[in-house]
This record gives sequence, C-alpha cells and structure tokens, in this order.
Amino acid sequence: MTNGVAVELNDLTRVYGTVKALDGFTLHMAPGELVALLGPSGCGKTTALRILAGLDEATSGAVSVGGQDVSGVPANKRDMGMVFQAYSLFPHLTVLDNVAFGLKMRGKSKSERTSRAADMLDLVGLSAHKHKYASELSGGQQQRVALARALAIQPQVLLLDEPLSALDAKVRTQLRDEIRRVQLEVGTTTLFVTHDQEEALAVADRVGVMSQGKLEQLAAPADLYANPATPFVAEFVGLNNKVPAEVSGGRAQLLGTSVPALHGSIASGPGLAMVRPESVTVSPDPAGASTVSTVAFLGPISRVFCTMADGSVISAQMASPQARAFTPGASVSVGVEPTGVLVVKGERP
Amino acid sequence: MRRTTLGGKVFRAVLWVAFGLFFLFPLYAMADFSTRNLIAGGRTMAAWKNLVADEALYQAIVISLLLAVFTVVAMLLVLVPTMIWVRLRAPWAKGMVEFLCLLPLTIPALVIVVGLRNVYLWVTYFLGESALTLTFVYVVLVLPFAYRAIDAALSSIDLQTLAEAARSLGAGWPTTILRVVVPNIWSGILSAAFISIAVVLGEYTIASLSGYETLQVQIVQIGKTDGATSVAASLAVLLFGFVLLLILSLVTRGRRRVQGVTA
Repeated sequence: MTNGVAVELNDLTRVYGTVKALDGFTLHMAPGELVALLGPSGCGKTTALRILAGLDEATSGAVSVGGQDVSGVPANKRDMGMVFQAYSLFPHLTVLDNVAFGLKMRGKSKSERTSRAADMLDLVGLSAHKHKYASELSGGQQQRVALARALAIQPQVLLLDEPLSALDAKVRTQLRDEIRRVQLEVGTTTLFVTHDQEEALAVADRVGVMSQGKLEQLAAPADLYANPATPFVAEFVGLNNKVPAEVSGGRAQLLGTSVPALHGSIASGPGLAMVRPESVTVSPDPAGASTVSTVAFLGPISRVFCTMADGSVISAQMASPQARAFTPGASVSVGVEPTGVLVVKGERP
Repeated sequence: MRRTTLGGKVFRAVLWVAFGLFFLFPLYAMADFSTRNLIAGGRTMAAWKNLVADEALYQAIVISLLLAVFTVVAMLLVLVPTMIWVRLRAPWAKGMVEFLCLLPLTIPALVIVVGLRNVYLWVTYFLGESALTLTFVYVVLVLPFAYRAIDAALSSIDLQTLAEAARSLGAGWPTTILRVVVPNIWSGILSAAFISIAVVLGEYTIASLSGYETLQVQIVQIGKTDGATSVAASLAVLLFGFVLLLILSLVTRGRRRVQGVTA
C-alpha cells in the first residue's frame, strides 16, 4: 500500500551568522507517514524542510532517506517532490507541461510524460485546465497543479512548505483535505510544514511542535492535544486557560476538582494548570461566585467567558445551543472536567 | 461625454501627427537627400548602391554588425548567469555588481580609451589587430543599459522559488537557467540585446580613437567626400535601430498580454 521510504534527520544544526535556526534537531519518519512540523515563525521548521530537500545545507548533522545518507546529494538528485508557499508554477509553460517538467528532466518519452501528467491532473481534478497557463488559474488551482507536479515524478519524499498559507479560508480547508486524500492514495512519505495548528492536526499522522530550532514534542494529533509534554506545546497547540492549581501525589487540585497531573508537570506545590476551554464546565448558579462576562458565537460552537471571584477570566467552549443558556452578567459556577492537565511553575499574571 | 471623447481623440490625433512629423521629417529629409541626383537632377539610388559597392563601407558595415552580435552574445553570457547567481546565492554582492555595471556610464569615452590602451596592447598581442577586438570594450560599454533591462525582468519574477522548484524537479543549474529562468526574463534579455545593438551601431568615439574602421567611423570619413552615401548609411543604421525597437516593443507587448491574463 505504501510507496514511501523512511526518513531520518539526525541531530541537525544550522547556524546563520549568530542565529541558530536548528539546534540538534532530530526527526524520524516512518515509510508512508505524513508528519507535520508546527511552530511559530522563525522556529526552524522551514529550515529543516529545506535541508531535507537539499536546498540548504546543515552546519552539522545527517539526513538519510531510505537508509541512504543523502547529506551531500544536491537538490536535483534527491528525488523529492516539493510544493512551495509561493506560487511556483513556471509561467511560460502550460499546466500540462508544468506537471510533465520533472518527467522530462528524467528523460521520459513524450507519450509517457503526457500520460503520467494527465493522470496526475486527474488526481487533483484539474484535467479540464491542462492547456491553461498559471496566470489563468486561481491560487488554489495553482497549488493543486504544484502538488500534481511534485507527485508526477513519483518522489521518494513529498515536501510541503506551507502550501496553503496564501489561500483563503475555504479553499484552504478544501485543499488541505485533498492533500491528505492524495497522500494516502499515493502513500508517499510526507513532511508538511505549517504554522497553522488546525491544519497540522487535521492532516498529519504525527505532529512535531518546534520551538527555537528544537523539536519540543512529536506525537499523534490527539495525543499532542490531550497530553502536551511541555508548557510551550500546551500554549501553542489549542487555546488554554491558566488556572491556579496545587499539585501533590500526581494529582492537581483546581476549581474544586482533583484531576490527574500530566507527565511534565511540577512534582508538587502551587502552579498554573493549562486547561483547554472545552474542559471547562459552566453551570447556571444564582449563588455562584463567577459571572458571565461575554459569550462569543463561533457558529457550531460558542465560547463563554467567565470572570472569576479573583478577577481573572476563564473561557469555556461548548455547543452553541448549550451556550444560549448564558447571558452576560449571569451568576455561574465554573468547574473542570476530570481530564489530565499540565501544571507548570508560575503565578497568574 | 461624447464631446469629451471626441475632443480627446482629436487631441491625441494631433499629438500623433505632430510627434510623427517631428521624428519622421529628418528621416524623410535624409531619404530625400540620399536619393537626389545633385548633378543631373532627378532621383538616383547610387548612394544606396554604394553601401554594398564601396568595399571599405561594406566591410565597415559587416564589422559593425559582427561587433553587435559578438557584443550581445558576450554580454548575455557574462551578465545573465552572473545576475541570476548574485540574486540566488550572493545577494550581498548585488550592490557591488550594480555599481560596477553602471560605472561605464560615468566615465567619458576618451578616458576609457586612454585607460584601455595598455590592456589592448595585450589584447592585440594575443588576438591580432582586428576591429572585432572592440567587442571587449563594447561589452563594458553596454553593461549599464543591459544591466537595467535584465534587472527589471528578474525583479518581475520570483526567481528563487522558480529556481528551487526546477531543482527539486531534477533540473541542474544549466537547465534551470536555460529552460526556466531565461524564458521568463525573455523580454528583458531582448531589451538588453536590442539596446546593446543600438549602442554598438552608434558608437564612434572609442572606435575612432582606437583607429578601427567601424560603420560610424566610415560614415564620418565618407561624409567628407560623398555626403549622399554618408547620409544613406546613417539612415540605414537609423532604420535598422528603429526596426529593432519596433520588434522589441511588439514582442514585449505580446508577452505582457499573455502574463496579464488572470483568473
């Protein structure tokens, strides 16, 4: 089922002048796996991808693909398909010729090139546009052609460098799902770089969260979301409330409830628990110490912001019909679901 | 509304005619003078026939055309890969390259000739006394114009992304430059080439001071004894340059139209 190969980035360091873009970065990808690298701007995720592509050189460390060390292999010999953040179709070629370009570089016959390029355009649903030029396509169509072009060469590894960031929200979601569908269909090992957590969580088999050139955590999306290993991951992935908590014996006491303290939490004493809005419960209570400050309607879900007795604000996420029960100024009691939380050192700002 | 449009049209037509006359009248006068039979009256094509029949003039035309071709080829071979390389791999050197390319504009031709004398002792020692050795100095002379044209074309494309896309698809550097970058900066290359040809065909000072018989040098010499032939040669060069610029304008307009289509 899978055409992919294993990819290993071992202890990569990349220094630009005085800046360390990558600092001992290690990532192992299984054959056919889609790994998303997620992180804020400047965290080194694109540098890692470019080093894997051969478009940048690591200061130290090694890259191996399918068990072969490719560290010294130039980009054009690495056999990797890449989709760029910027539109990268060759403006002087038609869509079909763009998709066939990589095959031409590999010396394939014209009939083979045309047939394979047509298949790839079929895969991304753009067969009807094959004789158009890039300037005649929308942004989403251009990125789909770029995906077809990258896959046409049957690469060992597919590299996606924020391919959706130039697109509007609706096209973005559509193309995101399409990328995942196509990737599962062809089974190519894929590295997907993005700063959009929703994108990463939606498409990846595993998500690697990066900060300051290092991999903070690599885990399946659900695991990463539920069990963040570090305060950075907990803060970067998903929204969080920081709620004062007391830890002892592996459990955290907060909002009147005792919940498990996740691995990576402080051993004991007071700290701040990172609580997801969907883990916060709100119930109408005329005698409650908290009051509803605002209700934000977000379509199928809503967020209810409650001002606590100490003046701090906690947000709770719930289905919109359920949120209709709350109006600003109403007294409520706020609690927390008995799921694990990460408790870090610190005091409420 | 209609009156304004009509007025605008008339104004435009008047401008067209006025500028057309301004530019075409000297050409007409040259054509008239070069075909006038000053002795017997009437018309004669003798001056135009001299362009081919006069051996020295014919040789000068051939040399100037060869100089134009060699200059353009050498300029493109030096400048295009250098500018692409600087943009992709050594952006820190862009200012320096730009400065060096624009420098010839600021140095008078006379100074260039004096400065090049020592260098040309070596050039002529290795390559002989041919006027075609002027190619080297002409390449330097056209750099400011060619640099601007190619730089503008390179700025209009996302060079880094296109080059990286080509390389990730398996293209080596020569293929990336020839099959991906060059077709997308073609209008800039054409501009650089045509402007260079115009500069070479119009250059007099350096060729004359260096003692080489190029077309412009010949035109001046012939002008002292045979005004009609000299004017015919000048008009031929002007028309040649005009046709080149017309082609340039048509080609770049065609390209702009293709690139301007958006969805």
